[in-house]
Amino acid sequence: MTDHKPAIRAFLTQFFATDTLGDEDDFFAIGLVNSLFVMQLVLFVENQLGAAVDDEDLERANFASISAIDALVRRKSSVQAAT
Amino acid sequence: MDSIRTVGVIGAGVMGTGLAQSLAQSGHEVVLVDRTEDILGEAVDAVRQNLRLARMLGGPAPTEDRELVLKRISCTTTYEGIEAADFVIENVTEDWAVKRPVYEVLDARCAPRTVFAVNTSVIPITRVGAATTRPDRVLGMHFMNPVPMKPVVEVIRGHHTSQATVDTANRLLGQMGKRSVVVADSPGFVSNRVLMLTVNEAVFLLHEGVATPAQVDEIFRECFGHPMGPLATADLIGLDTILQSVQGLYEAFGDSKYRPCPLLTRMVDAGHLGRKSGKGFFDYASTLA
Repeated sequence: MTDHKPAIRAFLTQFFATDTLGDEDDFFAIGLVNSLFVMQLVLFVENQLGAAVDDEDLERANFASISAIDALVRRKSSVQAAT
Repeated sequence: MDSIRTVGVIGAGVMGTGLAQSLAQSGHEVVLVDRTEDILGEAVDAVRQNLRLARMLGGPAPTEDRELVLKRISCTTTYEGIEAADFVIENVTEDWAVKRPVYEVLDARCAPRTVFAVNTSVIPITRVGAATTRPDRVLGMHFMNPVPMKPVVEVIRGHHTSQATVDTANRLLGQMGKRSVVVADSPGFVSNRVLMLTVNEAVFLLHEGVATPAQVDEIFRECFGHPMGPLATADLIGLDTILQSVQGLYEAFGDSKYRPCPLLTRMVDAGHLGRKSGKGFFDYASTLA
């Protein structure tokens, strides 16, 4: 299974310094989030990581950290592979 | 009292877009007016995107199909359908030369009972009222950005605004799931007068070498529990906008306590405008812009 974390980290670097950002750190809680970032993050997950994000997936918990996004992408790819 | 069903929203910028979304989500028919089809198209796209991402952005999530919500917004560059509006909220540029002709059109085309709300942080409400034939039905409604997420609105009673008009505005806010704080008409109202003077005074502290930007903001965040300090807030708003507001207060009151700090003027002249230019009191080159 592909590890998406490096790609996610590279994407985030466009928006904020990621040197000290841990895989579990919550961007929403740290206050690094604005609406433009949220939109671009969802588009990145859909278009670059190829996960078909459903409306019910659009919860903060699924996008709040590098690990959460990685888990979402894995979950969506296994669903896509199974269907 | 009848409920307010159709609301005209004039200006489809950031505020108008947020208002159109908030109104449509709470079941109102919206007539959204701006100068070009392109601006209106972008506004509708932004509403569609914001509805989809509502839960992630922390606002109220739509309880019905998004397309149903979007269908309630009709866009026009010619004020078509504005006659049906029970209530109009105007959000065009904060420049009286731009706002004035809008009120001439609205006053001529809307029913005499229709209330006009000026969504402004600076324009005197009494002056807007005087430009219409219905000064008793004109009031200020200073919505905060992002509109769908902010539950309280600063409502301003102009010199001639009637209690019935304030009641109507409060009824609309209630229908939108919001409420008001009603204040009298005065330059900067409450929000901008206190905020701008606070920011200006914080800049004087830097100018005099009393504290660093990080120290000023830390005191407000950590000691007072504000989510953001005054200088980070200024960077978010834009230092040019701050300077313009402070100058506006200085001109309106003629009181030296509103004189802009020379450091604020110098930063604007230097092009350090805050987040939008990548640098203000803080540096945004390597952080979220």
